[in-house]
Amino acid sequence: MFKRLQPDAAGGAVTVFIDGKPFAARTTDSVAAALLAADADHCRTTPVSGAPRAPYCMMGVCFDCLVAIDGVGNRQACLIRVSEGMRVEIQRGKRTLGA
Amino acid sequence: MATMPDAGRDFDVAVIGGGLMGSAIAWGLARSGQRVAALDEGDIAYRASRGNFALIWVHSKGLGLAPYSAWTMRSANAWTEFAGMLESQTGIDVAFDRPGGFNLALSEREFEARRDLLQRIQDQRNMQRFEFEMIDRERVKQAIPQIGPEVVGASYSRFDGHCNALRLFRALNTGMQQLGTTYLSDHRVERIDYAAGAFRMTTRQGEVHAGKVVLAAGIDNVRLAPMVGLNIPVRPQRGQLIVTEKTAPFLHYPVQTVRQTDEGGVMIGDSQEEAGADATVGLDVTAVLASRAIRIFPQLAGLNIVRSWACLRVMTKDGFPIYDQSTTCPGAFNASCHSGVTLAAAHALFLAPQIAAGQLSADDFAPFSSRRFDVQALAA
Amino acid sequence: MSAIPVGDSYDVAVIGAGPAGLAAAATCARASLATVLFDEQAAHGGQIYRSITETPLTSSPILGKSYWHGSALVDAFNTSGAQYVPGATVWSLTREREIGVSFGGGSQLTRAKRVIICTGALERPFPIPGWTLPGVMTAGAAQILLKSSALVASGRTVLAGCGPLLWLIASQYLRAGAKLDAILDTTPAENRMRAAGHVVPFLFSGYLREGLELLRTVKREVRVISGVTALRALGERTVNSVAYRRGEGAEETLALDNLLLHQGVVPNVNLAMSVGIEHRWDDLQLCWSPVLGGEGNSSLEGIAIAGDGAGIAGAQAARWRGALAGIAASRALGGSVEGSEESTARRELARSLRGRGFLDALYRPARTFRQPSGDTLVCRCEEVTARDIVETVALGCPGPNQMKTFLRCGMGPCQGRLCGLTVTELIAESRGVTPQDVGYYRLRPPVKPITLGEMAALPQSEAAVKAVVRI
Repeated sequence: MFKRLQPDAAGGAVTVFIDGKPFAARTTDSVAAALLAADADHCRTTPVSGAPRAPYCMMGVCFDCLVAIDGVGNRQACLIRVSEGMRVEIQRGKRTLGA
Repeated sequence: MATMPDAGRDFDVAVIGGGLMGSAIAWGLARSGQRVAALDEGDIAYRASRGNFALIWVHSKGLGLAPYSAWTMRSANAWTEFAGMLESQTGIDVAFDRPGGFNLALSEREFEARRDLLQRIQDQRNMQRFEFEMIDRERVKQAIPQIGPEVVGASYSRFDGHCNALRLFRALNTGMQQLGTTYLSDHRVERIDYAAGAFRMTTRQGEVHAGKVVLAAGIDNVRLAPMVGLNIPVRPQRGQLIVTEKTAPFLHYPVQTVRQTDEGGVMIGDSQEEAGADATVGLDVTAVLASRAIRIFPQLAGLNIVRSWACLRVMTKDGFPIYDQSTTCPGAFNASCHSGVTLAAAHALFLAPQIAAGQLSADDFAPFSSRRFDVQALAA
Repeated sequence: MSAIPVGDSYDVAVIGAGPAGLAAAATCARASLATVLFDEQAAHGGQIYRSITETPLTSSPILGKSYWHGSALVDAFNTSGAQYVPGATVWSLTREREIGVSFGGGSQLTRAKRVIICTGALERPFPIPGWTLPGVMTAGAAQILLKSSALVASGRTVLAGCGPLLWLIASQYLRAGAKLDAILDTTPAENRMRAAGHVVPFLFSGYLREGLELLRTVKREVRVISGVTALRALGERTVNSVAYRRGEGAEETLALDNLLLHQGVVPNVNLAMSVGIEHRWDDLQLCWSPVLGGEGNSSLEGIAIAGDGAGIAGAQAARWRGALAGIAASRALGGSVEGSEESTARRELARSLRGRGFLDALYRPARTFRQPSGDTLVCRCEEVTARDIVETVALGCPGPNQMKTFLRCGMGPCQGRLCGLTVTELIAESRGVTPQDVGYYRLRPPVKPITLGEMAALPQSEAAVKAVVRI
């Protein structure tokens, strides 16, 4: 569970879609930060056992924050900045080929 | 914890080499009731087995030595039973599947060259013939919908398959130890001495004694061979591999240079370079492997490479296996090849029992003796 | 995004835009060398100065004075004339100093006469039961969320572990008005004896006053439970509590929503190891450190390492090591560097290293938190447990590379960053040998994932094509 500090001078608001639902992120947010701010309780389930995982290191080394962004799977959410209209999907198991 | 045996402890057989070759043979020997020591190097070693593509591949092998095709087919046909035995013994499922294999052609020229090669194999004297098909793009697409537009057709045979080679290795290693094999890692053999009908292996961790010895040490066989009166001309040949992140299953057939493992990663090969004992990854070769894979399956372009590595194949002079037994040091045997997965069943079920009995049958193994190189030299 | 395209070759390529990289690149550029700085993040700062140019928290004292030291480094870099390429992941480096870099969805190869690796550190793995549960993250992750997005953990939050960063993040949280329910301090009691041997230089270092202030503030406002000897994160699909023991005491539980773990940082060795730079096991810092000369030169010609990647020593030491590596590279290439610049850097480096020995000794993490047992996951990517590893050692597996073959551990996308140290230590402990004897995973490029498409677009030599297409 994460909340924004007040007052928040972080850039403007950006709308991203998380599993189809709109959410207001900030321009300096990584996709991982946006997911945590949106109270997503997990961002993927593992391809090995289906266990739920969420961002762990926020710096690109743990590979637990893998999500599908705009149709492309296995993107590291903590290394990608949000952009207007971005579609983020919780990745369940293995990524799918194509797109 | 596997440690050095007590001084004076003897084994029936010492297998030198703990990769797929050595492990399959050791397992087969243990099943035949032999007391086996498997001697392996440490954590950092060449280990050709790490470079395998996990194929049980038949249909394009044997041009130049028809008995190799027969031996390969015999192994492939025994694989189902072999996998079943490993599973019931160890509980490990090595994911063997034999749906038939494709070699995809990216041009008419490749297609024709392929057909030509396969026909020449079938037309050899003493060849045990089997069916293969040259199939057109449409039929390939029915089996493998994701093929790219450049794929013009393929060769196909129903005799090819694949497995999970890491689990195969683990099943063999676990299985052989369950059958009483003493597995000794960090026991690189420095020398072998033969005296009074027995072999003494000297390692940095002490000596190992055995009535028989099997050289299954890959490219290190060259160094060990003369110590026991054998000739094993093998050289390292570099091959590179790429594996991608795990992906939802899309490719069920083994395709000769691209296959999807049962865990979801896509493996891509297959390069050959004569680079000596240098296992450095060359990015230009990796680039070619990647681009060819994408021409075959365009949707692979967006997949991430998780690992790329190079290994040194154990390449004999003519590419065919060498199996021998020593005349000057009876009880010394050798097995060298670069198809340790395909031939694992044969090594475990057919070669190992003959080693256990102390004699390789001429019918099975004469064509693979290193004496063929002397004949070739004479004929040259 | 880089306005200027990345060229084919440079005098100096610096990898990583933390304090070491910023200082190294600025030094080389000022010496009139063609210098490029590649960094994976979208903005300067590395991890310690994360988001320093764009944090939403500019006008508040939340982040503390030390953080803002980074601004001067960024300014000096920006005015130096070095080329800055953000959003660029370096995924390979060869002995011939050819660099594979991915940015904007494509990869390119470039060469440099000198390379300075400043890829810094990452958090030491903290393999406790349940550490993979959603809601469990590193303290560093929480700090990044604070700096980059002005986000703080809400609900019940517990910080667990040991090391200076633990107290720093706690104080930043308190200044931000966030609540911390408890700090579970795992600093081993016996460390105080060992640390006492290093206390004199620490007393004269800058760390003492800063450290004491932090500790005092935090202890005043947060419940600190010290002497913690065991931890378990509990929950079904997300973490809901942490169970802990003090000394030999009975297990107690704290309900929570967020568990922040930290037990120090270790060098991020993947790029350096993949090019073949020799590393040695450092038994004080319990990690692999590169074998380096005085100015950060490695065993490979023209490749140096600066910053925490050269050995954990903090932001100030990183900055001065970066400067010295830059000076050495500049001199090697005939660039001009003022003598006073070097003597300043050496003096400041010595000053910044004073007292590190004390911190290293005091905060050396306990074995129980480095060598898990049973069902605790060691390899997060392939979900391999401590029991799997120990049982496989008993089968005769001698080291981490064979362990990969047996169990797949280390074969995931993180390439051992979160499991390697644990695996090496577990194998060493099981075999009764040292981590130096056991060794580490053999790493090869790409050290960060790149797509097949990007790889396919790289130059293909005639020989390479012949090696693959053999019709």
